Amino acid sequence: MSAIEERGYASTDALVSTDWVSEHLNDPNLRFAESNEDPLLYASGHIPGAVEVDWTRDLNHPLRRDYLDRSGFEALMRRIGATRETTVVLYGDKSNWWACYAFWVFQLFGHTNAKIMDGGRLKWQNEGRPLVTEAANYPASDYQAPERDDSGVRVFRDQVLEHVQAGRPLVDVRSPAEYTGERLHMEAYPNEGALRGGHIPGAANIPWARAANEDGSFKSADELRAIYTGENNLQSGDDIVAYCRIGERSSHTWFVLTYLLGFQQVRNYDGSWTEWGNLVNVPIEKP
Amino acid sequence: MDPYPEKLAMLLEYLDLSGDRDERIQMLIDIASRFKAVPESIATRPFPKTHLTPACESEAYVWCEELPSQALKFHFAVENPQGISAKCMAVILDETLSGESASRLARVPGEVVYRIFGRDLSMGKSMGLMGMVSMVQACAKRYLASGHADRLLGESSAAGAGSAGP
Repeated sequence: MSAIEERGYASTDALVSTDWVSEHLNDPNLRFAESNEDPLLYASGHIPGAVEVDWTRDLNHPLRRDYLDRSGFEALMRRIGATRETTVVLYGDKSNWWACYAFWVFQLFGHTNAKIMDGGRLKWQNEGRPLVTEAANYPASDYQAPERDDSGVRVFRDQVLEHVQAGRPLVDVRSPAEYTGERLHMEAYPNEGALRGGHIPGAANIPWARAANEDGSFKSADELRAIYTGENNLQSGDDIVAYCRIGERSSHTWFVLTYLLGFQQVRNYDGSWTEWGNLVNVPIEKP
Repeated sequence: MDPYPEKLAMLLEYLDLSGDRDERIQMLIDIASRFKAVPESIATRPFPKTHLTPACESEAYVWCEELPSQALKFHFAVENPQGISAKCMAVILDETLSGESASRLARVPGEVVYRIFGRDLSMGKSMGLMGMVSMVQACAKRYLASGHADRLLGESSAAGAGSAGP
């Protein structure tokens, strides 16, 4: 895969390579953070100095279906020794699926000093780069977070309904079988199902993984444009809602559209199909 | 009757001794480090898809071998290099269930995954690991259905060595 700067992205501010990370391992202004689906991976070996951000314990509200609040985010950032000025470089398993999810949650608190390491943990490991097992510990910071602001990158069900009624574009990043309603859940996720199958009316089906190469890195801008604009006629000025089942896969697509292709208004509907497919009397399309 | 065979119950008790999440994770990583892939005498690549665990993103394959002692021995392959939880599960299933009676194996609840890894597992991860348990159960059920006597509960029969299927 070519260097990130040669791939034609709208912006490279939020994406760094494994080479770049390797050259900046001792930069005190950076904090590397691993976010995985598999809870054993971080402790089995991680980038030297990297902390763990766990998608369940660290990012979600412990009781409600919601994300952490301001004090919770402050506690997280203080624990990893980050300040508002610290650039957090996120990476993880599954083509950075969970890292993009964490990145998106960080944006709810305006922590824009964040980046994704292209290719994630697998690429780093396959390149034979060092992994250590010692958990990284940093002096606690006094991180001060603003109140969570959902308005920019998050969307709720009533807003989605208005979006549908206005005929604005949506991207359903689930598998084709979930999109058509053949399956009520992703193949491996039966307990996160819904009572009804299908998709939100008007949504284009663009599975999230189409944006990723085999090694977990992101495809080039030309390849991405061919998928999102060429095949599906999405334009950079469109008001777009992305969704999946609980909002994690669609975080990956949200990152691609927003940062790599420079789309200006993309929001993630984290209620996604587990909410929409269980709602009473909302429109559903099923071919 | 305790839903877990004795060795598995002892393993669960051992894991429950962990003081916190980090300690438990380290215990599980230590277990995973004992993983040995299926020997060539049982299977070689490319592995037949009939032995692939459904819904397991770590690409875990499961084989059961009929031993002359009329017991079943389990073998595993985990093709995803990052499939450390699957390797841990494979070691636990082999070390605690190989040699158990087939009727006992058939009753091991899939919920054991949560007893081992905790409730914080993602749905995908837990379903893949439960799938490995289901593969072991299915093997035991096929073994019984094919007319073999249960090693501990039944009459002696001539179960030859070899693969009992996926």
